Amino acid sequence: MKANLKYNICWLILMVAGFYLMNALILVGVIDSFLENMVVTIGINIILAVGLNLVIGFAGQFSLGHAGFMAVGAYATSIMISKTPTAGVFYLSIIVGVIIAIIAALIVGIPTLRLRGDYLAIATMGAAEIIRIIINNMKMTNGPSGMFNIPQFATWPVVYIMVCVTTIIVVNFIHSRGGRAALAVREDEIAADSMGINVFKWKLAAFVIGAATAAVAGSMQASYVQTIAPNNFNIMESIAILIIVVLGGVGSITGSFVAATILGIVDAALQSFGALRMVIYALVLILIMIFKPSGIMGAKELSFKRLFNPKSRKAGAKS
Amino acid sequence: MTTLLNVEDLIKNFGGLTAVSDVNMHLNDDELVALIGPNGAGKTTLFNLLTGVIVPSSGSITFRGSDGLIPLNGMKAYKIANLGMARTFQNIRLFKELTVLDNVLIAMTANYRENFVQSVFRLPKFYKTEARIRQEAIELLKIFDMQDDLDQLAKNLPYGTQRRLEIVRGLATKPKILFLDEPAAGMNPEETADLTRLIQQVQHDFHITVLLIEHDMSLVMNLASRIYVLDHGSLLAEGTPKEIQNNDAVIKAYLGEEA
Ligand SMILES: Nc1ncnc2c1ncn2[C@@H]1O[C@H](COP(=O)(O)OP(=O)(O)O)[C@@H](O)[C@H]1O
Ligand SMILES: [Mg+2]
Repeated sequence: MKANLKYNICWLILMVAGFYLMNALILVGVIDSFLENMVVTIGINIILAVGLNLVIGFAGQFSLGHAGFMAVGAYATSIMISKTPTAGVFYLSIIVGVIIAIIAALIVGIPTLRLRGDYLAIATMGAAEIIRIIINNMKMTNGPSGMFNIPQFATWPVVYIMVCVTTIIVVNFIHSRGGRAALAVREDEIAADSMGINVFKWKLAAFVIGAATAAVAGSMQASYVQTIAPNNFNIMESIAILIIVVLGGVGSITGSFVAATILGIVDAALQSFGALRMVIYALVLILIMIFKPSGIMGAKELSFKRLFNPKSRKAGAKS
Repeated sequence: MTTLLNVEDLIKNFGGLTAVSDVNMHLNDDELVALIGPNGAGKTTLFNLLTGVIVPSSGSITFRGSDGLIPLNGMKAYKIANLGMARTFQNIRLFKELTVLDNVLIAMTANYRENFVQSVFRLPKFYKTEARIRQEAIELLKIFDMQDDLDQLAKNLPYGTQRRLEIVRGLATKPKILFLDEPAAGMNPEETADLTRLIQQVQHDFHITVLLIEHDMSLVMNLASRIYVLDHGSLLAEGTPKEIQNNDAVIKAYLGEEA
């Protein structure tokens, strides 16, 4: 109990320190609006990658439809705050986005999560495409041209807090009864089944939580960038999120943080390279995958428990 | 003594092959029964049928639940497990990349609750529940002398210890019947003797029913109260160890196979 409190306080200090560091750097002018944009983009990508990592890395379900759930959040927020631009409606819209994303994830997940591997990937990709096409053809969403001048409520502190909240939810879920059940499903479905674990239920739970966090990221994106279109949420976006997960390490939340940060910085640094940018970006990816095929972190996590007791745990760290 | 599990005319065909053919058997409360037979006799297939991993072609399996008889045919494996049937696998199926402790905690999933909000926001109730089930898991691991391996990954354990962990994992589901599929396979004689003693002890202390698959007949002779002999998918004989030892058909099958 005491030890748990100690680790939790460490995490809390880290989060608060990060916040004030960012704040200070903006005040003294080290972080200008260009860098702030980069940091916020990294934050949104962290939310997306952590959620997808839960589905792929921890529950072992290869989903390629993450951008679809992101779109749900983005449009819920855009539509609601364009009509009523108040902070209260903005926060309400995040919740509405999450609820719709959960419903969509149940509708998508119940038939598709019985599929395996490649089939699941294709089915979830198709589902995300359907979501995009629906948005593309609705009046309320302004069709293919998208929505503009969305009020900006998602400032960097809001995004920062959302990164913390979604990560806490995902990590704490992983280290609880449900998360362990999801891990068992990833490890061996037949054994999990024989141990009394409702394999389908826990797959679905991980999938739904992943979708809910993606919706939060979508809400942040819409209200930070202030303009969205259905094409922002196509298969390329799902793949971009997948790249972060794979690059950081499938099954490492820390890895998703590291990879989102590295890619965000590389991407920003290459802004002035024009067409060459995508080539260099791709090259960086290929190099990392050649020299570290299991991703930057493998399945390892940053853990205060291990930092304090270096010998106590050889592997499988708990944060 | 009352019947806990009853199997009638159970058949399983794989295409043209009849792996389990017209098997009738029953298990009573609190007994240790052995299922023997040469390789390929259908023992594992029978386990898979009883635990719901595969569905029978025909026949019936009935379990005596707390409120009446429950037909198990076609029921999902996890539901059967939650009624009180646990198993080990002949070709070990641990959660390899997870720790010993997590392997056991996972098997306890159906026996405790944690609500989502408590877990996600780490409310005191969550830590209380975790501490309690962790203690329960450690108690079980102690029986098998594995309390010092809590944080080892299952895949890094020595082979014999992996087999023992599978048994602990099975026990952690709080079963009424524990199915053990060749738990001593690949162990040396000393490890085997040790394990045999443990199985006996666990069966006795937990008052559970154990169905033990073993293809070495001599091993189960002084362990089981009853023995079923399976050969080419059919029951060749059933009875006490003494009856089996003197059964002509069994002697013939075994000598025929192994001489
Ligand atoms: N899934 C399956 N598909 C086809 N044949 C199978 C399958 N499982 C087992 N068999 C066959 O059924 C027979 C019995 O196998 P098994 O139950 O593993 O025997 P035992 O455990 O007694 O050694 C064998 O001939 C085996 O090849
Ligand atoms: Mg077998």
